[in-house]
Amino acid sequence: MPVVKAVTCPVCGSLCDDIELTVENNNIVKVKNGCAMCESKFLGYNSEHRVLRPLIRKNGKLIETSFEEAIRNAAKILTEANYPILYGWSSTSCEAIRVGLELAEEVGGVIDNTAVVCHGPSLLSVQEVGIPSCTLGQIRHRADLIIYWGSNPWSAHPRHIERYTTYAEGRFEKSAWKGYLNKIKALLAKKKIESSIRRLFLKKKPTVHESISKEPPETLSRKGRKFIVVDVRKTKTAEMADYFIQVEPNKDYELLQALRALVRDEEIDVDKVAGVPIECLEEVVDVMVNCSFGALFFGLGLTMSKGKLRNIDTALSLIKDLNMRTKFVLMPMRGHFNVTGANTVFTWQTGYPYAVDFSLGYPRYNPGETTVVDILLRRESDAALVIASDPVANFPTKTVEHLVKNPLIVIDPHMNVTSHMADVVIPSAFVGIEAEGTAYRMDHVPLPLKKIVEPPNGIHSDEEILRRILAEVRKIKNKNEEEA
Amino acid sequence: MAQKAKLQVTLITGRTIEQGVGKERGKTSPKYIESVSVCYMDPEDMKKIGISEKTNLLISTKHGSVVVKALKSLRAPHPNVIFIPYGPWVNVVVDPETHSIGMPSLKGIPAEIEPCSNQPVLSLEELLKKQFGKE
Repeated sequence: MPVVKAVTCPVCGSLCDDIELTVENNNIVKVKNGCAMCESKFLGYNSEHRVLRPLIRKNGKLIETSFEEAIRNAAKILTEANYPILYGWSSTSCEAIRVGLELAEEVGGVIDNTAVVCHGPSLLSVQEVGIPSCTLGQIRHRADLIIYWGSNPWSAHPRHIERYTTYAEGRFEKSAWKGYLNKIKALLAKKKIESSIRRLFLKKKPTVHESISKEPPETLSRKGRKFIVVDVRKTKTAEMADYFIQVEPNKDYELLQALRALVRDEEIDVDKVAGVPIECLEEVVDVMVNCSFGALFFGLGLTMSKGKLRNIDTALSLIKDLNMRTKFVLMPMRGHFNVTGANTVFTWQTGYPYAVDFSLGYPRYNPGETTVVDILLRRESDAALVIASDPVANFPTKTVEHLVKNPLIVIDPHMNVTSHMADVVIPSAFVGIEAEGTAYRMDHVPLPLKKIVEPPNGIHSDEEILRRILAEVRKIKNKNEEEA
Repeated sequence: MAQKAKLQVTLITGRTIEQGVGKERGKTSPKYIESVSVCYMDPEDMKKIGISEKTNLLISTKHGSVVVKALKSLRAPHPNVIFIPYGPWVNVVVDPETHSIGMPSLKGIPAEIEPCSNQPVLSLEELLKKQFGKE
C-alpha cells in the first residue's frame, strides 16, 4: 500500500509536517505520527457528516440542488446585499483567501477571519507594542525556559510540547522528557506509599490539595530546560510543568504587571498578587532573568479574559523588559491551522490583518466597528458568506440571532452547525487532504498542504468555488450596468 | 421542599481534547455534541449544591441560561470556577460585550449554577430551534 510521507496536518496552528498516511483505494487507512485530532481528521473526514451535494433552502427546508444553481444563488445574495459579511477563512488555503478578498472588494462587503474571536486582541497589541518573536525551530534548538500562559497545548495543540518546546530534542538544548517520566514515576510511588500508610495505620481521609501555588520546586534551579505554566485551572499541561502558577480568573493583568515590576527590581508592597504569593513570583522572575533563551507562549486565557488586548500589551512589555537582561521571545498559540495565513494574506492584500471593510470601495479597518461580532451586535449586515468556519457553534447567541435572520451562504465540507441555519450550502473539498494549497504555521512559516486523495465527484476546492462565485457576481454586475 | 442550593461561580470556556476530536469528526456527530454540552465542576462545589456526576445543571448569567450535564473536574481544585468547552450550549450564556475591540468576553463570566433535574439537556436541533427558530 502506498505511504505518503511528510504530510502537513491541517488541524491546528502547530501544522506538524511529519505525518505519514497509508492510502488504499483513494482512502486514508492509517495515520502515523499524528495526535488524536489529526487522526480524527484524516480517518474521519469522509464520515456521514459530509455534504456531497449543494443544498438550498426552499419553504424552510434544505433541499439538494445543482452546483451551478447554488453558485448563482450565492452570487445573487451577495450582489443584492448592501453590507454583506464574508467570514471564516482560517481553515482554508492562502490561495482561497486571496480569491475571497477579491470577492469582498467586488461586493463591497466586510471580510473578517476567526482571529476576531481568538487572537484579534493580540494583533491589536502587536500593532501598538511590536513583537519580539522567532521561528519554532529556534525555540526547539535553543530555548531553555518555556512558559505557557493561559494556554493548554495538551488539548488544543497536542504535539506542540513534543515537537517544538520542552520535550523536543534540540541541537543545543536536550529534551526534558526523561525528567518528566522520572517525576511521574516518583509521584506514583509516593502516592502508593501514602495510600498504604493511610489504609494500614491512620484510616484518614486523603487531604485536599492546596489550590494556592506552592513554593517553586528545586527542579526550577537545575540546569537544562525548564517548563512553567500559568493558568486558572491545573490543566493537563500544568500537571506536566516543573512549576504551575494558579492565577485567579481575570487577574492576569495584575500578575503580569507584578512580574514586570520584579524584573525591573522594583518593590511590591503586597503579599499576594492575583492569589500568588510574592515570594513565588520572585523565584519565577529569578528563573526568567537567569535563563539564556526564554519563550513565552500565550493563549486565549489572556485574550478573552478581562483586559483583553491590555493583557497582551503587558505580556509584550514584560518580554521587552526581560530582553534588557536576557533573550526572551513571545508567540501567540494560534488555533486554526491557517489563521496565521489568513492574517498574512489579508495584510499583504489590504494592509490590515482582519476586520477589513470594503463598503466605501477601499479597505478600511477599525476593530470595534468593522469587526464581525460588533456588526452583528449592531444588526447592520444584510447577508453573510461563511467559509471554513462555524460561527453558530462559536459566537455568542446574540450575534448569531442577526446572522441567521439574513440570507446565509456556507461553504464547508461538513454539515456543521452553521450549515443547518444556512440558505445556500456549497460542499467543498478538504484542503490538505483532497486539495493542495499553502498554510502558515503559528510562527509565520509557510508550509505546503498536500493533495492525498481525490475529492468525491462534483466536489470542488474552496478556491474554485470562490472563483466561480466571483465570476458570477461580475456577470450579474455587468448585466445590471448594461440594463441601467 | 427545601430551597435548592445555588452557587455563584466564574465561568471559563475553552478547548478540550474531546471537543477537538469531535469537531474534526463532524459538528453534528454525537462525539462533538457530548463533548460540548457538559460543565466541569470542582467536586467540592458539586457537594455544596448537592449534586452528583451527570446530573443536569442550570447555568444562568445575565445573558441567558442553559442546561448542561455536570461532570467532575479532573483539574480540581478550582473552587467556584466552572469550565464549559466552546460550543452552541455555552454560547447562550457567554458575554457578547466586545469593549469596542471585536472580541466578545468568553472567559471569566460571573454565573449562577443550580441543580435542575426537571429540565432536560436540549439536543442540538432543539437548542437551535429554541434560539433561532430554524431547523
